[in-house]
Amino acid sequence: FILSAANASAGRLDGKMREKTLTMDTLNPQVKAVEYAVRGPIVLKAGEIERYLEEGGTKPFSEVIKANIGDAHAMGQQPITFLRQVVALCTFPELMDSPSFPEDAKWRARRILQGCGGHSLGSYSASPGVECIRKDIAAYIEQRDEGVPSDWENIYLTTGASDGIMTILRLLVSGKDSSRTGVMIPIPQYPLYSAAISEMDAVQVNYYLDEDNCWALDINELHRAYQAAKQHCQPRVICIINPGNPTGQVQSKKCIEEVLHFAYEENLFVMSDEVYQDNVYAPDCQFHSFKKVLYEMGPEYFSSVELVSFHSTSKGYTGECGFRGGYMEVINMDPEVKAQLVKLLSVRLCPPLAGQAAMDVIVNPPQPEEHTFKQFHQEKSSVLGALAEKAKLTEQILNSVPGIKCNPVQGSMYAFPRIFIPPKAVEEAKALGMQPDMLYCLRLLEETGICVVPGSGFGQKDRTYHFRMTILPSIEKLNVLLGKVRDFHISFLKEYSGLEWDEI
Amino acid sequence: KDSKSGLALTSLVPYRQDSCIALASQPMHQRSFTQKLHSFMNGCEYRDRVLTMDTMNPNVKRVEYAVRGPIVQRAVQIERELKMGIKKPFTEVIKANIGDCHAMGQKPITFFRQVLALCSYPDLLEDSKFPEDAKSRARRILQACGGGSLGAYSTSQGIEMIRQDIARYIEQRDGGITCDPDNIYLSTGASDAIVTMLKLLVSGEGMSRTGVMISIPQYPLYSAALADLGAVQISYYLDEDNCWSLDISELRHALQEAKKHCSPRALCIINPGNPTGQVQSRQCIEDVIRFAAAEKLFLMADEVYQDNVYADGCKFHSFKKVLFEMGLEYSEKVELASFHSTSKCYMGECGFRGGYMEVVNLDPEVKVQLTKLVSVRLCPPVPGQALLDVVVNPPQPDEPSYDTFIKERTDTLATLAEKASMTQEILNQVPGIKCNPVQGAMYTFPRIHLPPKAILEAKEKGQVPDMFYCMKLLEETGICLVPGSGFGQRDGTYHFRMTILPPKEKLKIVLAKIKEFHQHFMEQYS
Repeated sequence: FILSAANASAGRLDGKMREKTLTMDTLNPQVKAVEYAVRGPIVLKAGEIERYLEEGGTKPFSEVIKANIGDAHAMGQQPITFLRQVVALCTFPELMDSPSFPEDAKWRARRILQGCGGHSLGSYSASPGVECIRKDIAAYIEQRDEGVPSDWENIYLTTGASDGIMTILRLLVSGKDSSRTGVMIPIPQYPLYSAAISEMDAVQVNYYLDEDNCWALDINELHRAYQAAKQHCQPRVICIINPGNPTGQVQSKKCIEEVLHFAYEENLFVMSDEVYQDNVYAPDCQFHSFKKVLYEMGPEYFSSVELVSFHSTSKGYTGECGFRGGYMEVINMDPEVKAQLVKLLSVRLCPPLAGQAAMDVIVNPPQPEEHTFKQFHQEKSSVLGALAEKAKLTEQILNSVPGIKCNPVQGSMYAFPRIFIPPKAVEEAKALGMQPDMLYCLRLLEETGICVVPGSGFGQKDRTYHFRMTILPSIEKLNVLLGKVRDFHISFLKEYSGLEWDEI
Repeated sequence: KDSKSGLALTSLVPYRQDSCIALASQPMHQRSFTQKLHSFMNGCEYRDRVLTMDTMNPNVKRVEYAVRGPIVQRAVQIERELKMGIKKPFTEVIKANIGDCHAMGQKPITFFRQVLALCSYPDLLEDSKFPEDAKSRARRILQACGGGSLGAYSTSQGIEMIRQDIARYIEQRDGGITCDPDNIYLSTGASDAIVTMLKLLVSGEGMSRTGVMISIPQYPLYSAALADLGAVQISYYLDEDNCWSLDISELRHALQEAKKHCSPRALCIINPGNPTGQVQSRQCIEDVIRFAAAEKLFLMADEVYQDNVYADGCKFHSFKKVLFEMGLEYSEKVELASFHSTSKCYMGECGFRGGYMEVVNLDPEVKVQLTKLVSVRLCPPVPGQALLDVVVNPPQPDEPSYDTFIKERTDTLATLAEKASMTQEILNQVPGIKCNPVQGAMYTFPRIHLPPKAILEAKEKGQVPDMFYCMKLLEETGICLVPGSGFGQRDGTYHFRMTILPPKEKLKIVLAKIKEFHQHFMEQYS
């Protein structure tokens, strides 16, 4: 800061009066520190190329394929009919008289509207969300967790899961210097975490996932990271993403127990990002919620470990990102802090009602005896079936490319393959002031129109390089895309090293 | 610790017994379930929580937001008590605490909802009951969405086509002054954009910490955001004796005082005023702009009530328009962000959380930072964006939905105007209540005279006097208002904020009950 003040006054002495109040020198320095690769420079470049193509420009490809973000509908996935019917009925209740809408959809819409002020999606809800939706969510969690009780007053609707994650982190950040809150996050991570930590000026504590072991979480690595961090900050939170983003691993029950035991021993607040809970593809994997495992570990754990878990409408089989629906369940939170949480949420009034309605349909889908069940079930299985197929396909094709190594995509929506970048390319990137995998991804974009995010945006072990791509494009498109990635990679290796890469 | 014994032991323990025993046989958990339960019951296993009042973010603790504060929580409790059959001197709680139009019975604009239903469920595009103009708008919106679906993320700044529509709307509103779609940022309600802009502005430590000037009374989003961000709040008082108008000499005074301990860098204006209902004159806006230019303050103009102007002789002037009419000296220099929303005006669509801001003269590098910052939250809700698009691009005279649309809009605004003047009239009849004209927005903020005995009793209870008053009103009449102290007021003056939104008949009853309550209150305490 002293430096920037000096610059500013120097500017004045030069006679260059600062024209503006808000400049790079006066901008909130924490905002400056924020980075968010999923929508970073590569995506801006992709947007530029798209516009260039639209205006009739020519490239070696005819369209940009955005495999940078888990945006299912943008990639052609169809919405679940039933969900959209309920949202349309809630939006325009005159449709209740329309014979073309099924009764089970009407029944749900009426129920949601009864929970809304003035029976309108246009009213504010209570800041934690519409009461009947919170109750439906609690019932859903109980069912998912085979009877582990869920109190609806522990449920808070959010504007997408990101909003919930930011809010909880905001509560947790305090202290100065060596007592400043440290937040343990996996590396690779979803960059919302690092961005939020920068914005709040907390300390990021990295624990590395084990790439050689399908990106599994290694409890010894947690201990190492914790002990190292204790030297300069106060680690108070551990964040887990399960199924993993960008790494696609599904955590075993044993591993979850270990993490919870670790959190218990070291007195850490646990944040479990479980937005991909329905996206598990590998036959030998199963989703276990942190909440359920915690309860099964017995009263000394479930009465004390503070846990918040997050869910969203954006992923799963619905992929309704645009509605910004989500919720969090808060367990063992100090009642006074909970009151502070409610107060904090109330400043933003409430999460979007259409998103809350969408969330309600997800937790309260058609039942076997209901009219729409068959169609709903068919749509759901077809989406999840296709995703499983694409997960397999992506892993197989990428692993057939020399110099690319891809762990199985056990769950979520991404592959995060390791790419071997020849030293000459690494040097060239450095000369350009760029991360090597950024250079790689930019070249891929320029030459093929495929937009993926460099691994450096998620974090990775030094001198390893990756990219994240979604498995969301349609099977045909995904085949083409993976073929192009393969061709590009081979020519990239040839260009930079002949066979040198083989020795790395 | 009490808080820790509050868990639902009875329901959990029998249920989990089996698995706990199973788990206890693993090496990691060596003791038997009974042993564990025993130590648990004795409390010797209790640890301190990670997140407590002592360890939590101190800035969050300082946040206050009266519009949904303790009085509203009590109102919700009373509603539950009524449902359980507990007898009260009233049969329903009337929430006049928040500008929530639809909750108060205002009907949505049909055309807007038709377009949104079509966007949500495009099969309806085949339904002959929907008018063509609604269908063409829905088609156009969907074409601008990824995969033709409201379920796709939009760009973080908002859908480009909608930003273009907004820019055209602003140009038309401002008599042709140009508006660049790249300066438009869609947001999750106006609150989101306001907090984002403040976040950019806050920096420095000690004497150089950012100070932000806000009106008193203010909408408490501002004080809450400043507390959360650890910025310095600089209060300037509106002139109650002069219809809550903004007085430039007061601005100057507040700024000079603040310069002694912080670095004032932004000035927030709410026009039309919330909670005060005044509409700023053109002259006054010019004065504010000149002041901001001279003092190098970043202007934030909260204009979410721009369509809610009721008083004869009052007119809404946008800060942008006035700024550009003042000439290049100002229009090329003063940094301005103005905010709008789908929640107020005649649409009152609060639940969709739609909104936008226009930034003017923002440093290009800072703009890149703004875009980066909003990208972390991915995008504002797309249904809210779609709604905003129809608000700025409503039916035109040659379109089939035009007549209905105009009728609905006119009716809503006319009713609001009627309620504004009715509220003011009735309140001013009550001895001990003094109410300025509700020139615009959706609230009245009358001054209430509280007898010394009542003030004393409030203090004994540890309550601010107007909180004491509002709580008593709630308990006795079921009417939920927000005490003036939640918005800020001059020392020794007391107010409350109430919305003018209840339907006319209900509003009459509310006002009559307040009248009766106030008279009774005065008798009781003097």
